[in-house]
Amino acid sequence: MKGSIVVLGLFLLGILLGINHFVPNEWLGGNLTMGILYVLIFQVGIGIGSNKDLKEMLKGLKPKMLLLPLSTIAGTLLFSLLASFLIVQWKVTDCLAVSSGFAYYSLSSVLITELKQASVGVQVATELGTLALLANIVREMISLLGAPLFSRFFGKLAPISVAGINSMDVMLPMISRYSGKNMIPIAILHGIILEMSVPFLVSLFCNW
Amino acid sequence: MFKVLFLLFIGIGVGYLLRRMPLLQKVEKTTSATIFFMLFVFGLTIGSNDELVAGLGRFGYQAFILATAGICGSLFASYLAYRFIFKKGGKDER
Repeated sequence: MKGSIVVLGLFLLGILLGINHFVPNEWLGGNLTMGILYVLIFQVGIGIGSNKDLKEMLKGLKPKMLLLPLSTIAGTLLFSLLASFLIVQWKVTDCLAVSSGFAYYSLSSVLITELKQASVGVQVATELGTLALLANIVREMISLLGAPLFSRFFGKLAPISVAGINSMDVMLPMISRYSGKNMIPIAILHGIILEMSVPFLVSLFCNW
Repeated sequence: MFKVLFLLFIGIGVGYLLRRMPLLQKVEKTTSATIFFMLFVFGLTIGSNDELVAGLGRFGYQAFILATAGICGSLFASYLAYRFIFKKGGKDER
């Protein structure tokens, strides 16, 4: 829990400094974030590889586990369908397209902005893209901060499911800590399958 | 995605080959530090984006509703999946 508070504090500090343009925008291109992500992933890999239970970990992988990514997709879309009635500004399918990002904010926002332009024009498409960016960033933050609680109350698979795409990268250290190291293979599998589903589902709902 | 998976597997290979090095036991601490730094930079990037900050005022509540709905649905579905995948109990239950 202490880690989550530090994460939230640093994130908010970053936002505050960013709003005041404390750091020149040129420093913050996509390369810096990607570079840090690569460093993180490499370390996560070393952590997995040097683990004494590596073989046990792989043995735990079963075909039944393919059910988890499907559950994440079904649960997310079903609840977003219900939530879309609270949001009058957008069509149901627009809300579903936003939720189909599964915390993959960069890809989903760009895809939505591109795909909606033909039907609703640049202005509205950009607004929906911004909503997708925000909603998926919020999902990533809540999944990072809430991992210990989700694991305790909804089972070890919950932090993986909530993380969406990020279960295979950003969230791996959290999943390893709060769900257990033996959940790492299913987390990676879950992330890969969801990542493949994003372009498919987003274009499906954008063209509906 | 392939770059990320490639790096992950390279890391696993390196970690496996060097698994007896005491230095590697510290990797959990450096991983946490990297996450802290990443989220700080993530915040900086969001805050520096004027359009995004403006969007937060207009679409913030919608984003929050949709994110929360997706998360609740995932919690619910993953609970069912957990029951199904590990229903036999025994050694998987640990």
